[in-house]
Amino acid sequence: MQFQTAHQHTWRKFKSALASTVAFVSAILVITPLGLVFFHLLVNGAGSVNWDFFTKLPAPVGALGGGMANAIVGSLELLALAGAIGIPVGVLGGVYLAEYGSTRINSVLRFLADVLNGVPSITWGVVVYGLVVLRFKGFSAYAGGLALALIMIPLILRTTEEVILLVPNGYREAALALGVSRWKTIVHIVMKTASKGIITGILLALARVGGETAPLLFTAFGNHFWNHSLSQPIAALPLQIFTYAISPYDDWHRQAWAGALVLVTGVFCVNVIVRVLTRGRAGSVV
Amino acid sequence: MSLQMEDLVMTPPDGTVMERVEQQVERPPAEEPAPASTFQVKNLSVWYGEKRAIENVTMDIVSNAVTAIIGPSGCGKSTFLRALNRMHELVPRTRLEGKVLLQGVDLYSSSIDPAIVRRRVGMIFQKSNPFPTMSIGENVVVGLRLNGVRDRIFLNERLEKSLRMAALWEEVKDDLDKPGTSLSGGQQQRLCIARALAVEPEVVLMDEPCSALDPIATAKIEELISELKSKYTIVTVTHNMQQAGRISDYTAFFYIGRLIEFGETTQIFSNPKERQTEDYITGRFG
Repeated sequence: MQFQTAHQHTWRKFKSALASTVAFVSAILVITPLGLVFFHLLVNGAGSVNWDFFTKLPAPVGALGGGMANAIVGSLELLALAGAIGIPVGVLGGVYLAEYGSTRINSVLRFLADVLNGVPSITWGVVVYGLVVLRFKGFSAYAGGLALALIMIPLILRTTEEVILLVPNGYREAALALGVSRWKTIVHIVMKTASKGIITGILLALARVGGETAPLLFTAFGNHFWNHSLSQPIAALPLQIFTYAISPYDDWHRQAWAGALVLVTGVFCVNVIVRVLTRGRAGSVV
Repeated sequence: MSLQMEDLVMTPPDGTVMERVEQQVERPPAEEPAPASTFQVKNLSVWYGEKRAIENVTMDIVSNAVTAIIGPSGCGKSTFLRALNRMHELVPRTRLEGKVLLQGVDLYSSSIDPAIVRRRVGMIFQKSNPFPTMSIGENVVVGLRLNGVRDRIFLNERLEKSLRMAALWEEVKDDLDKPGTSLSGGQQQRLCIARALAVEPEVVLMDEPCSALDPIATAKIEELISELKSKYTIVTVTHNMQQAGRISDYTAFFYIGRLIEFGETTQIFSNPKERQTEDYITGRFG
């Protein structure tokens, strides 16, 4: 065994320093866009985020003021609709994959869910347009909610499956050995143990679809006024931003910036909630 | 369902644990006729897929006594134990031949629901597994709750009684709302015993209940086992020869899926009939 020379030692130290520098620069590059986005939104949008923005309907072109109240409420309604469909289907599908089914069929289902997760979101808009909008002859909140639900289902399904598989088998055995039925064991023991992880998956999916624009273009369509029926077109924050941003009017551009700031802040808040949920792990393993 | 509920609320015969122990001690064992047996195992074989884990085992398990199952790792001890309450069926592709009679009823006849079997034959596992989402109190009565018992007074009575029987009441009576996982390892194992006792089984199966515990906690569990046998039939798997000698009335020695020797513990340890038993007990292999 030879000792390394001083020269080799210097060379190795240099390589090590180089590698950590490259890694550091890459890390900066990763978080720079986030900083830039927030900075830009604050500079351009903060001035237009005021009480009116949250409480008033959009003003006509040329008129000052106005807000996006209908779009904010519309987005929440769409998320509620999407959640009503997507959460139960996604969670129960995840439970099936983790607890039931045969290994072979499950690996096929898992693969298909992963493919669905990769489908571009505008595709879902087109699919729902063909299946629902054309059939019922009109854009509607239902159609928009369904398009968002279809995006949520494979996301929630996979996260639910993963956290349920993390629940140690000992808990299942303990419950079954008490004479508790399989289904009750899954609901009251397994899902309860994994509940934080399941809720995290649901929140992340909601945050993801909350910012979707493309699937809403031909489904929810957008609306400059309050929506009075879920079978009518409905406004959504991302749609309103899109409409305003491509318009030729300066005051609409300012509103678009403000809308984007509110949307990003909302998504950011959901992520913070998720962090808080997943940090305090006392009393739960997942 | 009505029948199961009656089973659940059935109260034990009068007399405290200690009194019943004394009664047993006073009885001269020599004059007793052949002891009543809880389980009659007849020509039992169990396969996991192609692999035969248990081969043609026939034995009777005596009521209100402790039967220890000893043998080297992989000899089928755990499989045999799990076949007594159908827990081995949780592993996919298991097959069973022969009969297991519990008080004369075939556990594997097609009309028997495994959940009912497990309500009558409780189980304690090697690794203590109190449910992490539940308090100490909730852990004890979870079996009753999930089997449909709602009566709070009844649940509270059973809670105290089960914890007293598991020799844990004095240590936790002021902390019933704390998480079950906040207890020490030995306390957690006694909590699991209380949880199993709360559904009032006839038999308690224990799969190496002390192997993860320190000597003091082990001594407490052993003492507990000796007290419990006045009321329950106990079958325990153990790797610890001295433990088998201390706590059990009968010992079964398994080797490569076969029952090599079965008899009273004093006889097995002082005067084994089979060469393999002697070799194993004296530490020549295993």
